[in-house]
Amino acid sequence: MRRKHSRRNGSKALVNTILAVICLIWLIPTLGLFVSSFRPASEILGSGWWTVAPHRENVTKDQIQLPKDTDLSQPIQVEDQTFSDEQLRSGVKASDGSTLVWENRRARLINVQEPGWVANTTFTLDNYEGVLTGKTYKLKQPDGSERTEKGSNMSRAFLNTVVVSIPATVIPILIASFAAYAFAWLKFPLRKTLFVVVIMLLVVPLQVALIPVSNDFASLGLNGNFLGTWIAHAGFGLPLATYFMYSYISQLPKDLFESAYMDGATNFTIFTRLILPLAVPSIASISIFQFLWVWNDYLVSLIFLGGQEDVQVLSMRIANMVGSRGDAWHLLTAAAFVSMLMPLAVFFGLQRYFVRGLLGGSVKG
Amino acid sequence: MPTDSAVKRSVPKIALWSVLVPLLNVIVHSAIFIFLRDSELNPVVYAILAILWGVAGVYTIYWSLNWVIEQYSDTWKRRIQPFLFIGPAIGLLGWLLLIPTIRTLIMSFQDESSSKFVGFANYAAVFTNRLLLTALRNNLLWVVFGATACILLGLLIAVLADRSSFEKLAKAIIFMPMAISFVAAGVIWKFIYYYQPGDEQIGLLNAIVVYFGGEPQAWTSAYLPWNNLFLILILIWMQTGFAMVILSAALKSVPEDILEAARMDGAGEIRIFFRIIIPYISTTLLSVTTTVIVFTLKIFDVVMVMTGGQYDTEVVATQFYRQFFMYQNFGYGSTLAIVLLIAVIPVIVFNLRQIRKQGEI
Repeated sequence: MRRKHSRRNGSKALVNTILAVICLIWLIPTLGLFVSSFRPASEILGSGWWTVAPHRENVTKDQIQLPKDTDLSQPIQVEDQTFSDEQLRSGVKASDGSTLVWENRRARLINVQEPGWVANTTFTLDNYEGVLTGKTYKLKQPDGSERTEKGSNMSRAFLNTVVVSIPATVIPILIASFAAYAFAWLKFPLRKTLFVVVIMLLVVPLQVALIPVSNDFASLGLNGNFLGTWIAHAGFGLPLATYFMYSYISQLPKDLFESAYMDGATNFTIFTRLILPLAVPSIASISIFQFLWVWNDYLVSLIFLGGQEDVQVLSMRIANMVGSRGDAWHLLTAAAFVSMLMPLAVFFGLQRYFVRGLLGGSVKG
Repeated sequence: MPTDSAVKRSVPKIALWSVLVPLLNVIVHSAIFIFLRDSELNPVVYAILAILWGVAGVYTIYWSLNWVIEQYSDTWKRRIQPFLFIGPAIGLLGWLLLIPTIRTLIMSFQDESSSKFVGFANYAAVFTNRLLLTALRNNLLWVVFGATACILLGLLIAVLADRSSFEKLAKAIIFMPMAISFVAAGVIWKFIYYYQPGDEQIGLLNAIVVYFGGEPQAWTSAYLPWNNLFLILILIWMQTGFAMVILSAALKSVPEDILEAARMDGAGEIRIFFRIIIPYISTTLLSVTTTVIVFTLKIFDVVMVMTGGQYDTEVVATQFYRQFFMYQNFGYGSTLAIVLLIAVIPVIVFNLRQIRKQGEI
């Protein structure tokens, strides 16, 4: 498939460099999340995640204990020099080149720092344990005190997301495939009109349907449980799935059906025994799409599933955490990464189908 | 085989089955639904049961109803069977999309509790109320900056990748953010924009700013309305891969001999790009653009996670959510939804034309 390009070497090097820079920019956000999710809570808040890489920094070589009764409003005598409290707070260069800075102002303890190569390489799995099991654990505050905190029970949310996603993928794709087969190979009145409707619904914004559907669901008792969410996802995913399956099934050779029909196969057997197996690559593509869409969805579950702990899905749980504990980066990063595990596995494992689904779904539409 | 209709069943028996089987389906599935809804099972067992029911349930509905139809005479079978195949799809689409669209349209002409008609009052409000106007303006910002950047960057990267020595890797890297959720992406970027007073910054952007001697900023809540751009950046990060993958496939379909011929005639690479490649991929370019614009118009998750619509970052979809669920104002809510619908109507027309051209209908 590779095409030969007869290009000069100089421009190729330039192209490679520019592309490499762009790729780096694209990678850094995810990398930051990934690295941070393994750092202890106190370190995340204390230093940037990039400090895990070796870098030059002032390293504490020594400490100086001043007398406890030193008056901080007066110039402070440190060994043979004097500094103000202000200077010691932000760090000040001493005559021997080292930097002096308060370690603990109240205890009158000063750090003597010198530049050196360091890397903050303390890593931990505590964050993941915290978000997955909901265990309580101790959190060191920047001022040295400790605070106990409860992690959030994300494993339940993970399970709920699986329960929502699998049927919400299989149901619409099965329904769409049946419909696509009928649109492509069966004769019935209003066939063209109905197909035009499907095409029109391809880009209709979800919002247009939310108020009436949620009213209906409320009166049917479908709000706040999985069935309602499956139905909602099935309905909203149907236009694309139907169109996608139609463009594959309609291109199958006609003789295939005729000979099967001659042999006495019914439409149902033709569909289940012949079409579905033949369409497996297409089904895989659109399934990945629908699956990722449902897995990553926030709006539909927000409206139809609601916020109850026992049904909440990952995206909702994380969005709630962002709202209520916006500074708990140790939990947020780990939680976000847990939610990304499945999409990334699907992406890297089935990238070929994913791209094919993308091409089929949009170049044509 | 059933098709030779050797087994002719009596009419009353068929009628009985036609009533009994659908009824049985309704009863069995309602029972399972109620059982699952009210039971206090272990979550894992519950998950397995629910998935099994969801997946197998749909298939058995089709299978059992088809079995009934197979009992009919050939003429009736041919008439009814297509409706079994498309019925569920059409039913769901009608119930969940088509009819709600009409109902929403009607509600947009009614007051907040949908009890009396108010004419165009809601529309007038949407285009005069400051909050709602902000939402419209921001959506425009999203489309103008976000969608444009996605397409241009996507095209640039597709061209670069085509000529680089690590095409596959580069494409995978750019494309990867598409797989993750906007909520997760929100966390990623919130961390990048994170602001705390002082020189020690743990947010990457502020650390860079401080490194170069600048003042750290609260990016998503300062400098209205330009803080929107920092949210739009997230969309660009996520959606450029989409444009890139599709445009890259289109670029590869440009016949090499046309390019060679142009080169022989002494055309430079840039001239070739604008005069040959761009016109050649224009259809794809157009459809990618519409897809990205439609997607951008519906943007919701990013704003909810990043700012919750505060600091003038509200967009139509978030304002819709606020009007609908928090203020219970169905009039404003449905009007905003209809505004979104009107915005995508050109795309609907475009899609229909494309498909008519391809002769699929």
